[in-house]
Amino acid sequence: MELVIINLLDGLVMGLLLFMLSSGLTLIFSMMGVLNFAHASFYMLGAYFGYQISQYVGFWPGLIIAPVLVGCGGALIERYGLRRVHKFGHVPELIFTFGLALLIEEVVQFIWGKSQMAYDEPAVLNFALFSIGGNEFPAYKVFMIFIAVGIFLVLLYILTRTRVGLVIQAALSYPDTVQNLGHNVPLVFMGVFGVGTALAGLAGVIAGPSLGTFPGMAFLLGSIVFVTIVVGGLGSLWGALLASLLIGWLLTFAASYNVHMSDVLTAIGFTPPEDMAEHFLRDLWTLTMPQIGPILPYILMVLILIVRPRGLMGKREV
Amino acid sequence: MRKTTSILFAGLIAGVSVFGAAQAQDVKIAFIDPLSGPFAGTGTQGLAEWRYAADQLVNSKGGVLGGGKLEIVPFDNKISAKESLIQLQVAIDQGIRIIAQGNSSGVANALTDAIEKHNKRNPDKHVLFINYSAVDPALTNDKCNFWHFRFDANADIKMDALTDVMMKDASLKKVYIIGQDYSFGKAVAAAAVANISKKMPNTTIVGNELHPIGKVKDFTPYARKIMAAGTDAVITGNWGTDMVGLGKAVIQAGYKGPIYTYYAATTGITKTFGAEGKDVIRLVGEGQLNPPVSKRAADYVSGYKAKHPDFDITQPRIANAVEMLAKGINKAGGTDIVKIATALEGMQHASIWGGNVTMRAKDHQAIQDIHIEVHTNDKITFDFDNSSYGLYVESTIKDAGMNSPTSCKMTRPS
Repeated sequence: MELVIINLLDGLVMGLLLFMLSSGLTLIFSMMGVLNFAHASFYMLGAYFGYQISQYVGFWPGLIIAPVLVGCGGALIERYGLRRVHKFGHVPELIFTFGLALLIEEVVQFIWGKSQMAYDEPAVLNFALFSIGGNEFPAYKVFMIFIAVGIFLVLLYILTRTRVGLVIQAALSYPDTVQNLGHNVPLVFMGVFGVGTALAGLAGVIAGPSLGTFPGMAFLLGSIVFVTIVVGGLGSLWGALLASLLIGWLLTFAASYNVHMSDVLTAIGFTPPEDMAEHFLRDLWTLTMPQIGPILPYILMVLILIVRPRGLMGKREV
Repeated sequence: MRKTTSILFAGLIAGVSVFGAAQAQDVKIAFIDPLSGPFAGTGTQGLAEWRYAADQLVNSKGGVLGGGKLEIVPFDNKISAKESLIQLQVAIDQGIRIIAQGNSSGVANALTDAIEKHNKRNPDKHVLFINYSAVDPALTNDKCNFWHFRFDANADIKMDALTDVMMKDASLKKVYIIGQDYSFGKAVAAAAVANISKKMPNTTIVGNELHPIGKVKDFTPYARKIMAAGTDAVITGNWGTDMVGLGKAVIQAGYKGPIYTYYAATTGITKTFGAEGKDVIRLVGEGQLNPPVSKRAADYVSGYKAKHPDFDITQPRIANAVEMLAKGINKAGGTDIVKIATALEGMQHASIWGGNVTMRAKDHQAIQDIHIEVHTNDKITFDFDNSSYGLYVESTIKDAGMNSPTSCKMTRPS
């Protein structure tokens, strides 16, 4: 039971981290129709910027400065890169963001090298806040939870209670009508892209110390972020939150319990083969849950696409 | 008459110079390892260490064959076995007969096969394989051959030495084995299980699992399992970011016991663990840096740090490999590979890092002292990553694996 509680908390941290990435991506995707392959690269940039700033002035200023830098960079890329490519259609946009992701990874390796950076939690949060059954829970993770929840509340407020939010929501569905009403839709796009990438950058700053700051971090987390927004439903903030938490818990619990495939297969009535080493299905029989954990979100995505193509909370078909 | 004299004279000079060249002959060594791509960092450090060792230990001390120099010629294999075979052919075509390689056992397996075939087909152009790092036990067991020499301890010998030390600690009742899901991770796990069940009857293995390599986003769930099992010691063969991720997660979950590793140092890892890993991270390996065994060893390391401030001595065995190779070349009195290989067989060598290195004749596995080192900043003379943290030798197994079994059946050239 204690292990379940601690796993729930760990999964919550993972899920909220995914949410900070997917919330920006889902807004960008639904508004501009751009599948931004480089989104996780902005997350990586956030971590590296945060690390570099922390070398001079400490962790806390980095928490503010790095996301702002990443957001400005994102806005400039939208203004001078993506917007120019936009008129040629979706495929050039896709290729543009894909190239951008590769470029950012190479630049990061060029500047900071290939080794892992020694980006550590700030000393003031580097202690165990509480412990459940001998398992300690770091204060830093509690801090991550608070930041992510705070971001969610702010986003929710802006999108549903302010004039800017209303324009964004309207531009999501009827960009031409919004433009005809006199709103500057390209500016809205640029703002959304900037804020989305800034959120990814913020996620990078707070995840860098805990999950590691290295050139492969964008690829490692990036692949799963797309799954999150498809499962949650495009353009839905609640959907992004729900799907992120679901996938966070899925990953955590899959890695935590050594459920053997042989037990599952025996339980549903199959008999194990006499000679396991020679059997043609031996790979299936010897699988354990932690080994297949990383592919579970993809299976979930396929199931969602079959059963409910619009995603859990989405309003339109993918 | 005049003409004849001058021809004679010219002939005499030519003869002398040819004789002189035979006396002081440069020997080239092809260094085939990744110098671009994701593992370029490791390869580049290895190359720098080879060059430094050749200059410091051989070339500035009179060289080989009466004043000749050891020259290291780099070849980039991008850590691909296929590319390595191409580079091997390029090196052979350039007339290089000695190959040095270390990163990745997969590459080493491909090279040792290719070199054995080449030597069979070209008895006039034999090639020697100096393996300075690849630790797959098969290379000195089933796949051994006369041309391959391994200067690192293989994975089985390291685990044997590690469990020799662990068995003396009666408090280690529960051991958790975790590794990356591929051949090396499985080999480490198998060796750990075999050694622990043989030598430590009062110890139970509370966990033995493999995780996907390079795909785990967060190691916290694994750390929770390790904590829940009441683990006293963790054993892992993880490297790179999987090593850092696992280590940090386990420490942050409140684990205080030892984490025994093969590769948890240098190339940023030491710096990243920093204070958190102090007295927790341990490493089994050869080559003692702290405390320095002698002034000679200390001077060697400081000289290297002066030359490459951002690098560390990541693979101390390279110094042994270079010195022993030079000895073998001098003993052979030329570059006849069969003679050099014969001279290396059974060679005893007083290592710069202390202790003796014996090149075991029956399988060409170097037998040397293996240390269990702890990650700390106390009494550290030579740190890693300029972080003030480094590895301090806690215990030493003399001539580890001296009598370890081998399935090697070597055919020697007659």
